[in-house]
Formats: sequence, structure tokens, C-alpha cells
Amino acid sequence: MTVAVLTPDEMVAELRDGMTIGIGGWGSRRKPMALVRAMLRSTLRDLVVVSYAGPDVGLLIASGQARRIVTGFASLDSIALEPHFRNGRQRGTVELTELDEGMLHWGLLAAAHRLPFLPIRAGLGSDVMRVNPGLRTIRSPYPGGAGSQDGEELVAMPALRLDAALVHMNRADAAGNGQYLGPDPYFDDLFCLAAERAYVSCERIDPALTGPPQSLLLNRAMVHGVTETPNGAHFTSCVPDYGRDEQFQRRYATAAADPDSWQRFRAGYLDGDEAAYQQAVRP
Amino acid sequence: MSTAKPSPASDIATATATRAEICVTACAEAWRGDGAILASPMGLIPVLGARLARHTFAPDLLMTDGEAFLLDADGNVEGWMPYARVFTMVAAGRRHVMMGASQIDRYGNQNISCIGDWARPKAQLLGVRGAPGNTVNHAVSYWVPRHSRRVFVQQVDMVCGVGYHRGLSGVRGASPPASQQSATDLRVVVTNLAVLDFQTRGQAMRLRSVHPGVDPADVVKETGFELIVPDDVAVTRVPAAAELDLIRRLDPDGGRDNEVP
Repeated sequence: MTVAVLTPDEMVAELRDGMTIGIGGWGSRRKPMALVRAMLRSTLRDLVVVSYAGPDVGLLIASGQARRIVTGFASLDSIALEPHFRNGRQRGTVELTELDEGMLHWGLLAAAHRLPFLPIRAGLGSDVMRVNPGLRTIRSPYPGGAGSQDGEELVAMPALRLDAALVHMNRADAAGNGQYLGPDPYFDDLFCLAAERAYVSCERIDPALTGPPQSLLLNRAMVHGVTETPNGAHFTSCVPDYGRDEQFQRRYATAAADPDSWQRFRAGYLDGDEAAYQQAVRP
Repeated sequence: MSTAKPSPASDIATATATRAEICVTACAEAWRGDGAILASPMGLIPVLGARLARHTFAPDLLMTDGEAFLLDADGNVEGWMPYARVFTMVAAGRRHVMMGASQIDRYGNQNISCIGDWARPKAQLLGVRGAPGNTVNHAVSYWVPRHSRRVFVQQVDMVCGVGYHRGLSGVRGASPPASQQSATDLRVVVTNLAVLDFQTRGQAMRLRSVHPGVDPADVVKETGFELIVPDDVAVTRVPAAAELDLIRRLDPDGGRDNEVP
């Protein structure tokens, strides 16, 4: 497999209406925001977005491009609730598959392993079962022991197969190997393995990746395209390269509260290309 | 522990613990006897409670920095706990979380997802997050900074955290075998007024103790379901002098008083 070095717009041009797209990171942490912004500039629509949701999901709801969100929460971390997710849910403009965050992990793992499902206890007894009438349970064929019981009933978490995954790394090479340098890999490797095609943006394409080999989270067999997007996770955090832009995030959240102010925010930051965005947010 | 600047109150008689400080101590008590498990407090007062517990009677607790590192009591990194590993600790049952609750009912069913009809909520909140998995896998306590009928309700709008007598009733399609026991392990609900638990025959919520100065009738009035109230309601203990000093050093800027005025 040859990994292509692409621009964000070229990556987005490979996506199609109606696709199920997984987005890496967590909340407002290491999100592939430059790729999300490229999606906002596209005509893509009717998307199903699988994410530990933050402003990636918020923006795709605000733009009307996300038809359904698959998640356990939507948060900006330092601001507890994602404002566009709230608006979308309260106005009924977006559908939701609401899962326990461990179920989401298990669904990605099942897809990465090419399994139809994986058993999990999370969800049992909760209204996750009520609001997802398609979820099934399965009885263990084994005797109990070591914390499990004879014939234990478990949720059969279905594989969350993705048409495409978008993740953001601190570094990558042109061959498609990706490196995270922050404290947590989140589930970016699983997003890539669960997807037909995986697209990686990074702070810098580095011909010779250095640092601990354990930080090389993505290998080139998991990746289809790479792009260099400096400050590309802005305004989410991308430590150690930069922290979250809290001031800008507050501006985003405030603007989301009202349609007119959101129009102004969009015109000021999102309607231009990535270079214009980066120019506009430069301190 | 980091050496913080002394609290302005540190030389005042320690008998004058604030309500927030009593809440911190009550939260700390939730983890007493837990041993070496991951303590996951949500919110400043639970965080202070867990740290107080680890500095005093529960030294074996593991705690993260809120991201992916385990920090020891002195603030040094002692381990790595990214989200994937937190999920494994959840499934292993080696964790005790203290979560918030936008709504909670008599049997401890908790909601942090949304208010109103799930299909088109009046107010979208956080989402279920890890509450379903937490409550079927390990010990769970709750922290409610404002005890009111809006929170303590007859029926929650979306069961996120699973309470008693529901453990398996939400499973569709197959009735669980009689041998299958619910793993529900709800410890305490700490509020700005009281400490509540489920140590009753029917595992319905009861008033365990009221904070000093609170009348049990006030707690009943602010609870939207029938609360079990013993004849003799205990009073929540006040922090000892050394505990109070610790709390004030752990939170030198007094953020706790913003959470519970």
C-alpha cells in the first residue's frame, strides 16, 4: 500500500456523502481540526460521525453536515458541555447513537479485529439499551469463575466499522508512520484500524522520527494518507506542541449561543481556507 | 503534598470548619477501606476528598492528574493511566468513582445525559459518559453540591448510572438466569446538606447523617421522593484539626467555598 502525502482538501475530496467517519482525539484534545475545517468547506453531507466528541462534532452539527453522532458524550473539557451538540439535540437537527464510552471503545476494537461484536457488561440495566433498540445481549457459553457467573448475560457490542478515520498526530513521516508525543494516545490507532481508509494530519512531517519507539502509535499499514497541518489541532490541545487555546474556545462557545453571533464567527474564521484561519487566530 | 502558602484561616481555631470542608471530609470517607484501587473523583470537592483520604486513612489509593498520569501523594508521577487503561480498571472492578448527578432516584439510578424526552431533550447535558459501565463494574458514589427536588426525583429521565433493582431488568430479549447477581455497589451520596446511603433492607436511599446545623426535615423537604429517615439521624463528623489544615493546604485559594457556599 502506498501512503499518499495529500493536502487536507485532497483528503476530504476522498470522502463521500453518507459515509461513517471516525474522528480521533478526546473531547477538546488532539482533534484533527484542520481536517474538520476542510470538511466544513466541502459539500459533504449526511455524515455519521463516531467520536469521543468535542468541537469536531460541534462544528459538523453546526454546519448541518452530520446526520448522526455516535458517542458517549460531547464536551470541551474546560467548558463542560459542547454548545452546538446541545443546540442540535434540543432543536432535533441531529440524530444520536448514545453509548457508554467503554462500549464505543469495544465497538472500535471489534471493528479493528474484524469481529461482529465483543461482549461487555457496560450498558446492562441502563437506558442505553432503551435508546438503542438494535443492541442485543448474549449469554456466556462458559462456566463462571474469576468474577464472572455461569451463563452470564452480556451486551454484544456490535463492531463500529468506519468508512474513514481522521486523526491528528504530533509527528508523522511521509511513509505514513504516526507519532504522538502527549500523555495519552486516546483511541487513534483503533480508529485507524476500524476504518477502510485512515487519514492522518500532523504538526510536522519529519523524514526521521525521533523519540521513544513506543510513541510511534500508527504504522504505515494502518494509514492511507498523511498531511502536514501546523497548529492543525487548534483550538484543541496538542501537547507538548501547544495547549488548548482556552480564550479562543470561550469565544467559540459564546458565539455558538446565538445564530447571529455564530454567523459572524463562521465568517470571521471558517469561511476562508486554513491559511486564513491560522492568520485570524494568530495571537 | 505541595507546600502551598498558608491559608489565612490556618491560625484560627479549627473548630470553625465550613460547610464545604465538612463536605470534603464526607467525600473522603467514601473511599475509606478501599485499598489500592483507582479513586476517580469528579468535581473539586470530591477531588479534595480523595486527596484528603489518601493523605490520611487511605494511603493506597491511586489517583490521576486528570489526564493520563498517576501521581503519588507528593505529586510525583508513579504510573501511566491513559483512557484505555482506565477502561480496563473499570472492567476489572478496581475503581471507585464519585460522579455528579443531574438527577438521581430513590434506588440510585442517576442521569447526566439529558433532561426531558431523550428523543428531543429539553436540555442536553453531557451524555451517559462512563456511568453505565462504572455502575455495573465497581463501587460508585455521588456528589450533589445543591440538594434539591430538581436532582432528587421520583424518576430520572435517562438511566445512565444504574441503581438497585434494575441491574438486569434493562436487558431485553432474554431473562437473566436466577444465579446472575447484580454488581450494583452504590456507597454514598454526599450533598451540601447530608450524607445518604442505600443500607436499608430494600436498598432504598436513606439519610445517613445531616451536616452540622442541618435539620433532617430540611433534607426531606429538598428530596422529591420518600426518603428513609431513621429515628436517630447522626450528624456528619467535622474534620479533625489536622484534616482541616490539610484541606486548606490542598485548596489554598478556597475554590471549595465556591462549590458549596
